[in-house]
Amino acid sequence: MNLQFTLNGKPWKVDCEPADTLAEVLRNQLNLNGTKVSCEVQVCGACTVLVDNLPVSACTYLAYEARGKSVVTVEGLEKPDGTLHPIQQAFIDEFAFQCGFCTPGMILATKALLDENPKPTRDEIVHHMDGNICRCTGYVPIVNAINRAADMLAKEKGK
Amino acid sequence: MSAQEKTDFSIVNHSIPRRDGRVKVTGRAQYVADLKLIGMAYAKVLRSPYAHAKIISIDKTKAENHPGVYCVVTGFDLKGLNPYFGHAVKDHPLLAIDKVRYAGEPVAAVVAVDERTAFEALEFIDVKYEELKGIFTPQEALAKDAPLLHDRKFEAGALRGFEGEVSAGKGSNICQTHKIQWGDIDKAFKEAAAVIEGDYYFPMTYAYAMEPYVAIADVTDQGVNIYSSAQHPFMVRHDLKTVFNLPVSKVRLMVPFVGGGYGSKSYTKVEPLAAACSWKAKRPVKLQLTVEEAMLTTRSDDAYTWMRTAVDKNGKIIARQAKIMMNTGAYAENSPLVVEKSTNRCVGPYAIPNVLIENMSLYTNTVPASSYRGFGCAQVTLPGESQIDELAAKIGMDPYEFRQLNAAQPKQEFFPGMRPFDGTLKQDLETAAKSIGWGTPVPKGHGRTVACSGSDAGAYPLTSTAVRVHADGSVTIMTGSTELGQGSHTILPQIAAEELGIEYSEVNVVSSDTAITPYDRSTGASRTTTLMGSAVLEACQEAIQQMVVMAADVLKVKKEDIQVIKGGVRCGEAQLNWSQVISKFYALPDGEVIGRSYIRKSGRFAALPVFWETAATACELSVDEDTGKITVEKLATVGDVGLAINPALAEGQDIGAATMGLGIGLFEELVYEGSQLMNGSILDYRVPRFSDLPKEVELHLVQNRDGVGPYGAKGGGEASLNSMAANIANGVDKAVGVRIRQAPLTPERVWRAMREKKG
Repeated sequence: MNLQFTLNGKPWKVDCEPADTLAEVLRNQLNLNGTKVSCEVQVCGACTVLVDNLPVSACTYLAYEARGKSVVTVEGLEKPDGTLHPIQQAFIDEFAFQCGFCTPGMILATKALLDENPKPTRDEIVHHMDGNICRCTGYVPIVNAINRAADMLAKEKGK
Repeated sequence: MSAQEKTDFSIVNHSIPRRDGRVKVTGRAQYVADLKLIGMAYAKVLRSPYAHAKIISIDKTKAENHPGVYCVVTGFDLKGLNPYFGHAVKDHPLLAIDKVRYAGEPVAAVVAVDERTAFEALEFIDVKYEELKGIFTPQEALAKDAPLLHDRKFEAGALRGFEGEVSAGKGSNICQTHKIQWGDIDKAFKEAAAVIEGDYYFPMTYAYAMEPYVAIADVTDQGVNIYSSAQHPFMVRHDLKTVFNLPVSKVRLMVPFVGGGYGSKSYTKVEPLAAACSWKAKRPVKLQLTVEEAMLTTRSDDAYTWMRTAVDKNGKIIARQAKIMMNTGAYAENSPLVVEKSTNRCVGPYAIPNVLIENMSLYTNTVPASSYRGFGCAQVTLPGESQIDELAAKIGMDPYEFRQLNAAQPKQEFFPGMRPFDGTLKQDLETAAKSIGWGTPVPKGHGRTVACSGSDAGAYPLTSTAVRVHADGSVTIMTGSTELGQGSHTILPQIAAEELGIEYSEVNVVSSDTAITPYDRSTGASRTTTLMGSAVLEACQEAIQQMVVMAADVLKVKKEDIQVIKGGVRCGEAQLNWSQVISKFYALPDGEVIGRSYIRKSGRFAALPVFWETAATACELSVDEDTGKITVEKLATVGDVGLAINPALAEGQDIGAATMGLGIGLFEELVYEGSQLMNGSILDYRVPRFSDLPKEVELHLVQNRDGVGPYGAKGGGEASLNSMAANIANGVDKAVGVRIRQAPLTPERVWRAMREKKG
């Protein structure tokens, strides 16, 4: 089955099985291993990617559903000159990860939040991020990172 | 000036960003799940539906004829291997042999071209079982008519000293017993002014490291090469060496980034099975478990504890007695050590003159239990710290003041024969209590608590390392410590940069490759900062000593005339940095110096434990009287870490551990109904989420440089977990006046207790 979609801003064509999930196509065929797979039942959020700017769990999202759409993975955030996306930088600055396995999904869920709501309250952050599990950090530094990223993005916009 | 006295730190004791930051936020960090080898096949595992059964026959013909299948491996196919592993005793077959001992035990593995094909072929394997009576609790395991899970004696594993103690094969289901005793318990309880006594249950829990167990094995005549998510590659090497009867030099374990460990990736898990698959299939094989399978691989020991504690009329704790039964599941794994540690951890961090703790672990037909962050400490701190609060209430004392009165003092030998206490518990408790407003009015329906724990931590001091100083002055640390997320790749370079007087960015780390990195016993028990940190520091100093000799040779002076300065040496007017020393020595801008160090149970590491891991935690919680639901309003952690090599990382360990502890206090519990695990998926096993985050959080570190590690550091990362379930239980008692002696304190349990009280 042929599949065409936009991946991190570039058009892509892949040949895949109807049963393939988006996570399988990204990881096994395209070698984009930044998308992590953990619970495989759409509970933990580790495999979160953006499809047409909305967060989806790539572990249960059929690759076929992405046809003609725009998919963004964690590999698509860094600028070609090596500048990190402000959310990525904020996660480093706030020590918002330890093992790093939930981090790509966490960063993309954050991007979906801040794209829609550039200045979220603490309750809005908690509500939006509740589908992403982290076992290392106790979430406190992630909330701090999201706030920092919101500030950085606001400053960027103001320039 | 020695490192322990140094004060003007330029890199150590600073919250330098993680070295692995960029690779982890860009998706470039590689975990074993991400690796592929050329020609690699994939394995899937068939698991037993029965908890206890004889395997009568296995017909694998149809599965082996399935297109895309290379081979099917069963317990009947392991001739030529020594198929039992286990680092305490080798009681664990890599695939069930003749018998299954828990529902979910691996019975066969299919090796195929891809995972889907391997999975499809599983259903074509026909296994005939004869079901046997099962035992699921320690009480059932001790019953007179209980079936025997293991009927033979086992060889010792890598963890020496347990083979004589583990009771397997002695005609009972007792896996291990341990006892500590001092003073005169009977006399003390007779003379006590007040006694609290009770039965407690601490549940089975699952660590949920988000990366499930995974290994890629390649077995050839050159040896056994394995990429694994193991925390302790050298311990796993020992198991593989005996499975394949090879010299250590022919077994290579390589561990890249690990997606969470928390003790659950301590010791050998899937590596022997992956290796057996590769051995049979004659190609590299990847065995990647799902989370559901990981939940059928390792859990924590659940514990049934009877405990009583006594005080005299002045509020001094005079005695504690406990009898503990731990459920180790089908195989010993690390439970013998968990039993020993949980026995010891009933005491600390209080100075109690009369103690008797008796502990045993029992084999049952459940998922094998092993280490879990805190090694048995949380299991006994729920009873211990619950009783401290209850005793304080009984004698009319403030529970915080009561703890202050009884806390172990710095340098006090509160545990006979062990290292004197190296923390400042009074300061820790004061900091924690102050953080949540202790002494100010408590809102109605809220409960405030403070709690603490003391663990004999650091495991065993056997650690070596090599620090390579290159001709350009940059440095590579060769360390057997695994980067689990705790930050070893950050703090070890901080120590090296500090000692060698070079930039942090000049230091790189190669870790956890048993063919390359020198021996380190384990990455667990909070030991890396203290032991590997000391090893790196000493290896840097040894490299400096070598470079002093080289500089003397280069400058044609006596080595006594060479003075070490920051980043190099001086002799009179002449100054050389490390790059110049090495380049001039070799007369080329190439070459290197290798600094080495060997840490053993000697000198300042002669006394055990390596350090006492101590933390205080404090909570304010509220209880919804209609539903029994608990909300954690405030949380404070205080890590007693001696000196934080990287304060942000140390605080991160504390809040992470406290959150795991909160999960156990509030809702985490693996539930068995008869022979089956009922909630063996992340859909059903709830872990803390963003919405469980306490409304206010304060993180504190106490840094009195009282540890034996580098610059007075000692470990952290477990202690903030240990007291959290007790905080929840005590907080509920304060808030709504019901005493619950079981974790987790689910809304239903709290609601029922409230209703029972109302009558």
